Amino acid sequence: MEYHLKTPVPESQLRRLKMGDLVYVTGTVITARDEAHLKALDLHERGEAPPVDFGGVCIFHCGPIMRKEGDEWTVVAAGPTTSARMEIFQDNFIEAFRPAIIIGKGGMGDRTAAACGKFGCVYSAFTGGAALLAARGIKRVRDVFWLEELGMPECLWVYEVEDFGPMIVTIDSHGNNMTKDVKDQVTARMKSIMEELRDRHD
Amino acid sequence: MTRLEKVVEDTAVELLRIAATELSREYVEAMQRGFDETEGAVGRSQLGNILENVEIARESSKPMCQDTGVVAFMVRLGDEFPLRSDLKQILVEATRRATREVPLRPNAVDMFSGNTGDNVGLKGHVPILYIDLIPGDGIELTAMPKGGGSTNVAAHRMLKPGLGWKGVKQFIIEAVANAGSLGCPPYFVGVGIGGGEDLCMTLAKRALLRPFGVWNEDQRVAKIERELLQKVNRLGIGAMGLGEGPTALDLHIEMAARHPASLPVGVVISCWALRHARATVSRDGVVEIDKSG
Repeated sequence: MEYHLKTPVPESQLRRLKMGDLVYVTGTVITARDEAHLKALDLHERGEAPPVDFGGVCIFHCGPIMRKEGDEWTVVAAGPTTSARMEIFQDNFIEAFRPAIIIGKGGMGDRTAAACGKFGCVYSAFTGGAALLAARGIKRVRDVFWLEELGMPECLWVYEVEDFGPMIVTIDSHGNNMTKDVKDQVTARMKSIMEELRDRHD
Repeated sequence: MTRLEKVVEDTAVELLRIAATELSREYVEAMQRGFDETEGAVGRSQLGNILENVEIARESSKPMCQDTGVVAFMVRLGDEFPLRSDLKQILVEATRRATREVPLRPNAVDMFSGNTGDNVGLKGHVPILYIDLIPGDGIELTAMPKGGGSTNVAAHRMLKPGLGWKGVKQFIIEAVANAGSLGCPPYFVGVGIGGGEDLCMTLAKRALLRPFGVWNEDQRVAKIERELLQKVNRLGIGAMGLGEGPTALDLHIEMAARHPASLPVGVVISCWALRHARATVSRDGVVEIDKSG
């Protein structure tokens, strides 16, 4: 199925999404990588709010190349980064801030999948490296936070996007995880190749 | 600054721009063949996105990926080329300029003071320089920026020599399987065998620069390259690790002698965006650029 969603995305819509669905998003996408996740969670623990509301919007694992022309920031290239690095705190982030869609590449693990199930969130994969295709869907840079402190790749960029995609839902809110399924298949095939090699005498 | 210094600096900036924005034709064609041979919609969507993205990059002269990598230069320096130790500063300056002009993302991070902002790092180690001395009066420069995602899935092991080729092959297959979806497949796989704990990794990185589809000149090694390329594709990681399409487009092995008690193996993996560009500069400043993969 193909879906065109608008942020804030209601939980009922997110629950409808299934692993393998194609999604496009219009609305708000906020970049956040390792440092931004840590800082936002640190604020949350101290009872303080981050400078922008992550509720119902998309969190994009991305460290873009931005360019400032006059007072305006524009996006040069903005593809996804490896999401697995965020696995160690993504579930806490989902619980604390209740984003709608986590966007990244390479997939995520059991902890994130469990949080997606519990809180009605999904993870969708944008083609890794396809930074210009991604940039094409970004219509405006609405805000930037923590730029001085964290630097261009790690800070929070708040984008307004239009039909941002195509992305593939690889973790839905029903316990499915495409990356994990493929990984299990790869491990099984690796074992049989290893056995072949072991048994061969040449 | 002499005219020749300026020519080398301008050439290095141009090489970084080409590497970041133009994927070699040979790689694009291989990706296109992968797309044509892939049946599943998920795999086709990923390869289609890559091909479209590569085309936008070439047309707009913008970096094909936001991770423009840590900058490295392979330098083959002719005996009679007039520039010697000044080269380092010239390449550092070229890196700073390319960061502003292309632009490249600042990717040099100091553990204490954070991102240096200009892709130039601590104590002169970044940009990374590999320097070979060769006969002649020219210089050959290769810019090879490499992204973090695929750099993080590099693998290194000191095998017991008794494990022999079987152990080497198993380790390489295991390394690619472990890389899985994390380094943006379809991959290019570089392998270095022998030479010690450090050289095997350098050889593996250099192996990525051998022209696309060219097997090792030693037929015995070439046979193993073919076998391993076929085997890693059987893993079925697929484009972006979603299980459909090619896992690896090419696999190269470089060899060195080893210590009798050691069998070092390095595996360096490149994402689909294997970025490099090469040029020669003669002593009188004539530049020839080579964009082939």
